[in-house]
Amino acid sequence: MALQSLDILRRSATTTPSPGVRQTTEVAKLIDVSKCIGCKACQSACMEWNDIRDEIGSNAGIYDNPRDLSADSWTVMRFSEVEVEKDKLEWLIRKDGCMHCADPGCLKACPAPGAIIQYSNGIVDFHEENCIGCGYCIAGCPFNVPRISKKDNKAYKCTLCSDRVGVGMEPACIKSCPTGALVFGTKEDMIQHAEERIVDLKERGFSNAGLYDPQGVGGTHVMYVLHHADQPELYHGLPKDPSISPMVTLWKGITKPLMSLGIGLGVLVGFFHYIKVGPNEVEEESESEQQ
Amino acid sequence: MKVTRRQFFKICTASLGGSSLALMGYAPTEALAEIRNFKLERTTETRNTCPYCSVGCGLLMYSMGDKAKNAKSTIIHIEGDPDHPVNRGTLCPKGAGLLDFVHSPSRLKYPEVREAGTSEWKRISWDDAFTRIAKLMKADRDSNFVAKTADGLTVNRWLSTGFLAASASSNESGYLTQKIVRNLGILAFDNQARV
Repeated sequence: MALQSLDILRRSATTTPSPGVRQTTEVAKLIDVSKCIGCKACQSACMEWNDIRDEIGSNAGIYDNPRDLSADSWTVMRFSEVEVEKDKLEWLIRKDGCMHCADPGCLKACPAPGAIIQYSNGIVDFHEENCIGCGYCIAGCPFNVPRISKKDNKAYKCTLCSDRVGVGMEPACIKSCPTGALVFGTKEDMIQHAEERIVDLKERGFSNAGLYDPQGVGGTHVMYVLHHADQPELYHGLPKDPSISPMVTLWKGITKPLMSLGIGLGVLVGFFHYIKVGPNEVEEESESEQQ
Repeated sequence: MKVTRRQFFKICTASLGGSSLALMGYAPTEALAEIRNFKLERTTETRNTCPYCSVGCGLLMYSMGDKAKNAKSTIIHIEGDPDHPVNRGTLCPKGAGLLDFVHSPSRLKYPEVREAGTSEWKRISWDDAFTRIAKLMKADRDSNFVAKTADGLTVNRWLSTGFLAASASSNESGYLTQKIVRNLGILAFDNQARV
C-alpha cells in the first residue's frame, strides 16, 4: 500500500535525516520530443487516472489546450512554431509537467513539514493534506510547474503516478502514448535508450540532438530527447541551465536559521526583562515635573 | 541575575502552560508520508474493444467490487490492454478518456424514436425497434429497388437506403454484415471508422 518511511529520501521542512539503508531503483520518464505527434493521449490518461477534470477552456488560436498547467491539468502539450534555420519552420511539441528533480527546489522552499516528499526512487510528491498553500514551491521551482488550486488553496502537480509506480506499474501517460515517445524505466535504462535515439537522430541530420538531464538541479527523473539540445529554449522556453533561485538557497541555507535564532533570543530577552524589570512605568511626580 | 520567589513562580507557570498546550495537540504533529492508495487493488478486470474507430484497440475495464451479491459494480477506470496485438497497451486521447464516455449523461443506452411531426424522443423496446426498422426497410425496398436499368441491364440495386455498422465487430460479424447488406442490394455501406 504505502511506501514505508525507509523509502523516503527527503521531507520538506524536516531537519531529522531520513532512513537511508535500503537502495531502491531510481526511475525516470523519458520524453522523446522527436517521436511526439502532440495527440494529447497522455493528457487524457493523466486526467482519467488522477481523477481530475479541468474546466473547459476556450480556443486561443493555437493547439495548446488547456493553455497552461493548472491544479487540474498536471501535464500540458506545448506547441512551438520556430524557425531554427531561415525559411525552415519547425513545429516543436513538448510535454510539459513536473521534472522530478534530484535536487527539488519546491521541496527546499516548502515551509510545511511533510507537504513535499522525495522518494528514494526519485519521485517528488506533494502531500496536499500537509500543504498550507503558501506558494513557496512555485517560487522554488526552476520549471514553473506547481499550481495552487482556487478550490482548496493547495498546491498540485504531477505525481509521476507514485501510486502506480509504487505497485510496479508505469505512469498513466507512459502507458497511453501511441507513438512510444514516452518511455519509463530505471534512470540508467532511460539514459541508454536516449543515447540510442540520439545516434539515430544525428544520422538523420540533427547534429545537435542530445539528452536534457540538467545537472543544475542534480539531474531530473523526467528527461527529454531534444533534436536541438543546444537550444532547449526553443521548446516553449525550457531553461538551458536551470537552478534553484539563489533567494531560496539563501533563505533556507543561512538566513532562516539565523533569523529563527534571533527571534528566539529576542523573545527570551523580552521575557526575562519583563520578569526582572517589568514595564516602564512613568511615575506621577516625574510626569508633573516635565510639565 | 537574581530571581525573587514571586518571579520564580511566574517562570514555572509560563513553562508549564506552554508545555501543556503542546501536549494537548497545539504543536504541529508529525505527518505521515503516504502515497495515494492504488485504486485498482481489488477491482474486476474486463477485456473489451474500444468503440471509437476501426483500429479496434484492446481495452481493460476496471470495475469496483469483486462481484459479491450485495456490491453494485461500476466502471472506475479504463486503460489499454498490453496483451492486445493492435495497441499493446496504448490508447489515443479519445480512448484514454473512455471513462467519461461510459458515464456520459447523453450516452444512448436503448432504442429511441422521434415520430414525424414531434420533437420528442420516445423510448421503445428492442423488439419494437427491430420490427419497425424491418417494416420501413421492406417498404422502401419494395418501392425503390432497381432490378434492371432502362436499357435492360440487370443491376439489382437499392439506392435509397444506406447502412452504417459498428467498427468494433469481429471479422465474422463483419463478414455477415457485408453479406446481408449486399444481398439486399444496398450500395451505401460503411463501418463507422470516421465517426
